[in-house]
Amino acid sequence: MADATATLPGAAAAASAGRRRNYARRYGWFIVPAGIVVLAVILFPWAFTLFMSAHEWKIGGGHSYVGLGNYQKLFTDERFLLSIARTFYFTALAVVLPMVFGVAAALVFNRNFPLRGLARTVFILPMMATPVAVALVWTMMFHPQLGVLNWILTQFGIPPSMWIYDAKTVIPTLVMVEVWHWTPLVMLIVLGGLASLPQDPYEAAKIDGANGWQSFRHITLPLLLPFIVVALIIRTIDALKAFDTIYVITQGGPGTSSETINIFLYLQGFAYYNMGYASAVVVVFFLLIVSLAALLLWTRNRVKQI
Amino acid sequence: MAMFTRRAALRLGAGVLAAPALVERVGAQQAFDWKRFKGEKLEVSLTANPRSALLIQNQKEFEELTGIKVGAEQIPEQQHRQKFAIEFASGRPSFDVVGISLHVNKRQIGRAKWCADIKPLIQDASLTAPDFDFGDFGAGAVAYSTQADGRMDTIPEFTDYFILYYNKELLAAKNIAVPKTFDELYTAAKALTDPGRQQYGFVGRGLRNANVVLWSSFLLGTAQRDTVSPEMKLLTDTADAVWATEMYQKIMRDCSPPGSVGFNWNECQTTFMQGRAAFWIDGVGFAAPLEDKTRSRIAGKVGYAVSPAGPANHHCCLFGTGFGISEQSRRRGAAWLYLQWATNKQNQLRYLTSGAGAPARNSAFRNEEAIAASRFPREFFTTLVESARIGRPGLPEIVPVTEFRDTIGAALTNTIGGADPATELRKATEAFRPVLEQSERAT
Repeated sequence: MADATATLPGAAAAASAGRRRNYARRYGWFIVPAGIVVLAVILFPWAFTLFMSAHEWKIGGGHSYVGLGNYQKLFTDERFLLSIARTFYFTALAVVLPMVFGVAAALVFNRNFPLRGLARTVFILPMMATPVAVALVWTMMFHPQLGVLNWILTQFGIPPSMWIYDAKTVIPTLVMVEVWHWTPLVMLIVLGGLASLPQDPYEAAKIDGANGWQSFRHITLPLLLPFIVVALIIRTIDALKAFDTIYVITQGGPGTSSETINIFLYLQGFAYYNMGYASAVVVVFFLLIVSLAALLLWTRNRVKQI
Repeated sequence: MAMFTRRAALRLGAGVLAAPALVERVGAQQAFDWKRFKGEKLEVSLTANPRSALLIQNQKEFEELTGIKVGAEQIPEQQHRQKFAIEFASGRPSFDVVGISLHVNKRQIGRAKWCADIKPLIQDASLTAPDFDFGDFGAGAVAYSTQADGRMDTIPEFTDYFILYYNKELLAAKNIAVPKTFDELYTAAKALTDPGRQQYGFVGRGLRNANVVLWSSFLLGTAQRDTVSPEMKLLTDTADAVWATEMYQKIMRDCSPPGSVGFNWNECQTTFMQGRAAFWIDGVGFAAPLEDKTRSRIAGKVGYAVSPAGPANHHCCLFGTGFGISEQSRRRGAAWLYLQWATNKQNQLRYLTSGAGAPARNSAFRNEEAIAASRFPREFFTTLVESARIGRPGLPEIVPVTEFRDTIGAALTNTIGGADPATELRKATEAFRPVLEQSERAT
C-alpha cells in the first residue's frame, strides 16, 4: 500500500505528460497555419534582410557577397551618421512637445466648462486627418511668399519665416506639424487616465489643506505617470517611424537638412536601388529602436514599482 | 454646260496616274488586320501626367479599333519608377506596356534588358500598320530611345525641352529685351528684382535633385557641355562646371525669391503664375497651366523663348519618354498595336495642341491648321521647333542617375546658402565618383 501510494504522484505525472503529448499530437496541427504566416511575414523577411545586408545587391543588377562591408561603409558614411543625429533631434522634439501640450490639454478638458464636448471633438480632429493630405496642405501654407502663415505673421508685424525652406528652421517646422497632428493622441490617453483616478486622495489632501498645485504635483502626476509613460512609448515609436510627413513636405531637404534615417533608407532602397546597403540600414535602425524600446519599457516598470 | 478645260483634263490625268498608288495604300490599310488580337487584355502602366491622361481618355478608340481591352494605370513619376523597377526585377511584371523616363531609366532598362526590342516589330509588315510612318519620328527622339548596342527598347513618345518662360508685362514695364545669353539673363533678372514689392527677376528649381536640370542648362552652354565624358568619367568639378555653378549660385541668390532652396517645379510654377517672377527656365509642359485664366494671373502675358546661350555653346536641356513592351509579356503583338496607336499622328497632335508636351513626331509641328486653332501663341510652337534643333540630353546616360542628381543637387543647394562652388563640386564629385565607377564596372 505504502509502495502504491509512493508511486501515485509519479504515475499521475506520467499520465498528465501522456495527455499533454496526446493533446499536442491531436491539436498541434492547428498552429501550423499561424506558424506558416509568422514564418512567411516575419521570420523569412528578417532572415532575407540579414542575407541581403551581407551582399552588394542592386535592383536590375547582380549581387555579390560583401560580408560586413555594408556595415563598415555605414559607419563611415557621413550622410548616414548625420541622418541618425537628425532622427534623434526630430524625435526628441516631436515627443516632448506633444507630451507637454497633450497633458496640459487633458487637464483642461478634464474640467467641466460649457461646450466641453464640442471643444474636445474639435481638438482631436487633426488626429483623424490623413498624414499625406495634411502634409500637402501644410506645404502650401509654408510657401515663403504665397503661404498663409507668413501672411499671418506680417499682419502682426512679425518678419516672415523661411519655414521648411531653410536648413536651420526645417526640423522645428516639421516638428510643428507633428505637434499639431499628434498632440490629440496624447491628450486622449492622458484624459482616459484622469477619468480613472480615484477621488479619495484629493478629498484627503483638501482636508489636509493642499492647494491645487500640491494636489497636482503629489497626487495627479504620480497616479497619471503609467498613462504618461504609455503615451510616451507610443509617441516615441511614432516619431522614430515618421516618414510620410517629412517625405511629402521636404523630401529630406533643403539639401539633406531634414534627411532622417527613414528618408535615407527609402532613398537607398527605392531611389538608388541599393538593396544590400538599405538592408544594413534597416538592421542598424532596428537595433536602435529595440534599444530605445527596452529603455522605455524599463522606465515603465520602474514607474510601476514606484 | 460646263466646259472641259485643259486644267480639268490635267487634273483628271493626274488623278488617273495617282490612282494605283492610292488604291494600293487604301488596300494596304484595309488589309492591315487591327483586329487580329481581338479579345486580348493589355495592362498598361503609365506615369501620371497630362499625356497619360489624354491617352486614357481616348483609349476607347483603340479598344474599338482592335477589340483589345486595356487596363491602364497612372502612377506619380517617382513611385512609378520604383514600381516598374521592382516588378521587372521580380521577373513577372504585372504590365505589358510601360512608360519609361529615358533621362532616368534608359541605361537601367537597357542593361537589364527589361523591354523587348521594337525594331523587329517595326519591320514586320504584318504587325505594323502601313500608315504608322516611323520616319516621322524626330531623329533626336529616336536616338534617345536607342540603346548603345543598337536595340530600340522604347518607342519615342514625348520630348521635353527646357525653355525660357518670361512675363511680358514685367519686361515691358522696364523696357527689357528677351535675353539671348545667360549673362544677359542675369543682368535682366537683377534689374527686375525688387524684394520690397516681392518681385523677383528669376525663379528656378533649388530643391536637391530637382535643381540639377537647371544647372545642366547653364553647363550645356560651356565648351564642355556634358557632365560625364564618353569614357564615363565625371566632369563635375572642372572649370566649366564651376562656371555653371557660379551662374546658378548668383542668379538664385541675387534674383530669386527667398526660400528658393526648397523650390521644385510646383513652387516655381506658383510663383511665376502669380506674377512674382519675370523669368523661369523649366520644361515645356507648363504652358497649359500658365495660360489657364482660371488659375493663372499672367494668362495671355506669358512669353516663350529658347533657353539662352552660354559662353561657348547654345543648347537646351532635352529629356524624353518612351513606351516599352515588357520582355516577359505574352501579349507582345497586342502591346505593339497599343504602342502604334498611342504614338500615332493624332495622339501626338493632341499632345501639342493641348499643351501637354512636345510630341516625338515631326508631323505635329507641321500641322498649321491645328497650331493656328490652338490656345497657345505661335511663339510657343516656334520655341519648341527651335529647341528641338538645339536640344541635348540634360542628364548623363548612366544607371545611378538619381544618386547623381541627389549628390550634385545637395552641393548646388549648399551654394545657394553661400558655400563655395568649387569646394562643393569637388566634394560632390569625390562622393559620386566611386558610385559611378562601381556602376560602370557592373555594366
